[in-house]
Amino acid sequence: MGRYIVRRVISGVVTLFVLLVVTFFLMHIVPGSPFAQHEDKMPAEIRAQVEAKYGLDKPLMEQFITYLGNTLRGDFGISFIKPSTNVNEILDLGFPISARVGAIVVVVSLFIGVGVGILSAIRRGSLLDSAVMVFATVGVSVPLFVISVLLLYLFAGVWNVLPTYGLTTWRHYILPVACLSFSPIAYIARLTRSSMLEVIEQDYIRTARAKGVKESMVILRHALRNAILPVVTYLGPLVASLLTGSFIVERLFAIPGMGRYYVESIGSRDYNVILGMTVFFGIFVVACNLLVDILYGIIDPRVKMDE
Amino acid sequence: MDTRYQFIDTAALNREEISRPSQSYWQDAWRRLKKDRLAMFGMVTLAIITLLAIFGPMFCPYEYDGADFMAINQWPSQQHWFGTDALGRDLYVRILYGARISLSIGVVAAAINMVIGVLYGGIAGFAGGRVDSIMMRIVDIIISLPSLLYIILIMMIMGANVKSILVAQCISAWVGTARVTRAQVVSLKHSEYVMAAKLSGLSNWQILLSHLLPNSMGPIIVTVTFLIPTAIFNEAFLSFLGIGIQKPMASWGSLANDAIETLRSAPYQMVFPILAISLTMFSLNFVGDGLRDALDPRLKK
Repeated sequence: MGRYIVRRVISGVVTLFVLLVVTFFLMHIVPGSPFAQHEDKMPAEIRAQVEAKYGLDKPLMEQFITYLGNTLRGDFGISFIKPSTNVNEILDLGFPISARVGAIVVVVSLFIGVGVGILSAIRRGSLLDSAVMVFATVGVSVPLFVISVLLLYLFAGVWNVLPTYGLTTWRHYILPVACLSFSPIAYIARLTRSSMLEVIEQDYIRTARAKGVKESMVILRHALRNAILPVVTYLGPLVASLLTGSFIVERLFAIPGMGRYYVESIGSRDYNVILGMTVFFGIFVVACNLLVDILYGIIDPRVKMDE
Repeated sequence: MDTRYQFIDTAALNREEISRPSQSYWQDAWRRLKKDRLAMFGMVTLAIITLLAIFGPMFCPYEYDGADFMAINQWPSQQHWFGTDALGRDLYVRILYGARISLSIGVVAAAINMVIGVLYGGIAGFAGGRVDSIMMRIVDIIISLPSLLYIILIMMIMGANVKSILVAQCISAWVGTARVTRAQVVSLKHSEYVMAAKLSGLSNWQILLSHLLPNSMGPIIVTVTFLIPTAIFNEAFLSFLGIGIQKPMASWGSLANDAIETLRSAPYQMVFPILAISLTMFSLNFVGDGLRDALDPRLKK
């Protein structure tokens, strides 16, 4: 187990380094400086001064090392457009809000997705099963923004039963959480169903039934532990997709989370903020993947033998 | 009854001779695919959308950028089948032009990714050893990075246009194809016909290109089919955020984005682009599922 974790941590660190290098050099491909778009408004001396202030006149390697050091210390940089704001302030404001919504979405989609998946597996071929499969196809095929816009229009525009602006009461959470968990639920239900169907055929399940274990216990204790494994591997990609999903949902529902700030920075072409937030998101996703991998190793002791 | 295999009419055969009409892999796959109603529905729908996208605008009296300030925000009518937008542009013709952009981005991106992925995976699998493990480590790293963020970064750097959407899509989407190709090549490279090819003096490249890759095509095609909806989805996502296709051009994503502001007063402007995207996504997924079952019968549950 120890060696498995060490190996995963090492590969996570390598991934992080690659991420930092790629992000840094991508941003430096931008022709000119981050101030290039204001060039016409900015006299040359002032521009040189501003560039010196942000260290943009130094050689590339030196800039890279400064940036690496800053990132390791948890400093993700400042806005070049609005010099009074820095990326960390944005993250401090936005992260708790986005994380709360994200955590709710993960819990909701796990419970509903796994539950629905189990139900449709044990009632294979029933009306419920067909309904779940139709829902799973819809959830996987229809893009998030389509679902969000539809729910927004129906619940807020036509029926006017749910609030759509901000996150002040619990009722404000319903629509954003529903939008974000729609396709994860579909995906998890499909995963659980197919792995459940596979597991249920196995000998040890027959043994459990033969020795008289209650059917509900057979499913929940014996079958689910193996059937849930593919769902655990999906948690990593789920976090990444919630991140990008928040760009859409936070914008549509005016939620002051990270996603909305990110989209606003894209709108104002605030490269440095985008860079800082991308690095932060990247670190976050890589860390989540690492956690999921370790969790997987704990639930399924067989993986360390495969390594 | 199992429909994966076809019954042969044994009465018509000469029992003395042990033979039956041979069915090639592709004939067999096509036969299975034809039986899959959803996949056939998807293929027909895609064909109709493609034909409409190519020829539709020719039979339309409007231009995609033809503003008409006498007819803004009009509900669907005989003149404007899908209504008009805030500048009085006909939405039907804009959705057809959007189909051109969305579909061609999907197909071109999938094709580029297929070439990169097949070559990368093929080389890694065929070379084996340290080359293979280094190449696949790189793939692992790329997979664990959130690719959509890098797509956004590249869009910011290269500017919002079709070319940069294509480039941005090619940084990471090929890894799935590379993995599948590698697995196929690894499993095939020790087979007898590869040994025979080696003995008859073919170079490694010839073996890879003329024996290994063609025989790996089934699973590769399946992953590529799923690349098309991903590419279309990413384009729509970018355009929906306002960094994809720029005005006055239109894609389904940018049309949906434009319609947000008028959602309450003119919901039809949202309905049609959304319908177009969803229908295309459904069809592509149905075709993909059907192809997977047809080309890779082992996966069928």
